[in-house]
Amino acid sequence: MNKKVRQTLLDPLFDNNPIGLQVLGICSALAVTTKMETALVMSVAVTFVLATSSTAVSVLRNRIPSSIRIITQLTIIASMVIVTDQILRAYVYEISLQLSVFVGLIITNCIVMGRAEAFAMQNPPGLTFVDAVGNAAGYGIVLMFVGFLRELLGTGRLFGVTLLTPVNEGGWYVPNGLMVLAPAAFLLIGCFIWIVRSWKPEQVEEEFHVGALPEPGDEGHLR
Amino acid sequence: MQHSALYTVGFAALLCIVCSIVVSSFAVGLRDRQELNKRIDQQKKVLAVVGLIDADDQPSNEEVTRLFEERLEPRIVSIETGEFVDGIDPAEFDQAQAAKDPSTSSVAPEHPARVRRVPDNAQIYLLRDGGEVTALVLPIEGMGLWSTLYGYIALEGDAQTIRGLTFYQHGETAGLGGEVDNPRWKALWPGRKAFDENWEPEIAVTKGAAGPPAEDPYRVDGLSGATLTCNGVTNALHFWLGEPGFARFLANYREKGGDL
Repeated sequence: MNKKVRQTLLDPLFDNNPIGLQVLGICSALAVTTKMETALVMSVAVTFVLATSSTAVSVLRNRIPSSIRIITQLTIIASMVIVTDQILRAYVYEISLQLSVFVGLIITNCIVMGRAEAFAMQNPPGLTFVDAVGNAAGYGIVLMFVGFLRELLGTGRLFGVTLLTPVNEGGWYVPNGLMVLAPAAFLLIGCFIWIVRSWKPEQVEEEFHVGALPEPGDEGHLR
Repeated sequence: MQHSALYTVGFAALLCIVCSIVVSSFAVGLRDRQELNKRIDQQKKVLAVVGLIDADDQPSNEEVTRLFEERLEPRIVSIETGEFVDGIDPAEFDQAQAAKDPSTSSVAPEHPARVRRVPDNAQIYLLRDGGEVTALVLPIEGMGLWSTLYGYIALEGDAQTIRGLTFYQHGETAGLGGEVDNPRWKALWPGRKAFDENWEPEIAVTKGAAGPPAEDPYRVDGLSGATLTCNGVTNALHFWLGEPGFARFLANYREKGGDL
């Protein structure tokens, strides 16, 4: 694997994580991470949609008229999302009920649209596919991280298997009710970003003060 | 790159055709499987509401169908006369479709449950043990906060004691109204009484905690943060157990037993 391909694949995992650094695709990360199972299926669904739609956009990139390129990308993405939804309903019916509208909402997941516009429009299909898989994996890592902690701390289970027996089933563990609510995902994604940025300090943005006047000779603030 | 207007229109049209072919071929190709899943899910809900399977059980599809066909007896009931209708094959009958079709349904009376149309005939299930009917499963529906809740109420053979309640389709807020699916809340229903001494529906979801079924038979704990969904559940039960719904059938049943 040459350096460029490797970089395209691995960069989005931690160095340029779509959720952690680009802060895209947050909404679904809040909604589907109460359980590992739904988080995993959602990650797979996003991988499929991202890989197929980005590759298709890349194949067509020189033929897409620039005046309708956004709606073209959206049409392709929307079609792939519907196909994904149909497949989930046919093969993993119960999980598809739990994911309900969030599969349909992959259409609005900014990662998919963002990669189509930012990468697939400029790069050949092979490399685009690698980029799509890398970004989907970066999204998936955050989802699994959040899902792991939310399911374990919120219900004492992982993938539905009870590990910490909760009090109301006769065990010792008092489930943390906050973890099953959406705000917990915000806190955990915040922690994820904190951990990644402590490990890779180059991701930390320069501080800026909203509303403050720049000191004379102090460039770089108020961008 | 600049393209002519004609090229742009042509490209858009071609893209739409290709995408619609892809989408529709998947939708058509997978439809049978999806419908099978839906049917199995509904059968599971009916089995769970009468307590033949546990909510935690993961029976295989074949097992569900076998148990369903072996133990439950589907019957078609006329809402108007409350008698069994024998001319319709329950396997072919689709109540949702019948409720939509003006020739097989009528506009529902004004009721807080906000049911739009009532089908002329409804599908119920009987559970028998040695010939004796031990449970009745009746379909119910009613407006919650955001959506119509569709479900089943199971009554014991006395057509008075509640055996279970379940919903198979709704669009209420997850975590609030969506808690109608919570097994712990559903476990509050069995043993409570549906009707008062005049056979009027009396069961209601109320604010705050209700006592155990023996002492407080007509009330069920409300779900906090979901008052409107809870009212919707109460209204749906009053509609379908009352005059607009299965009142006449239940009266016939109490009089003559399971064979009418």
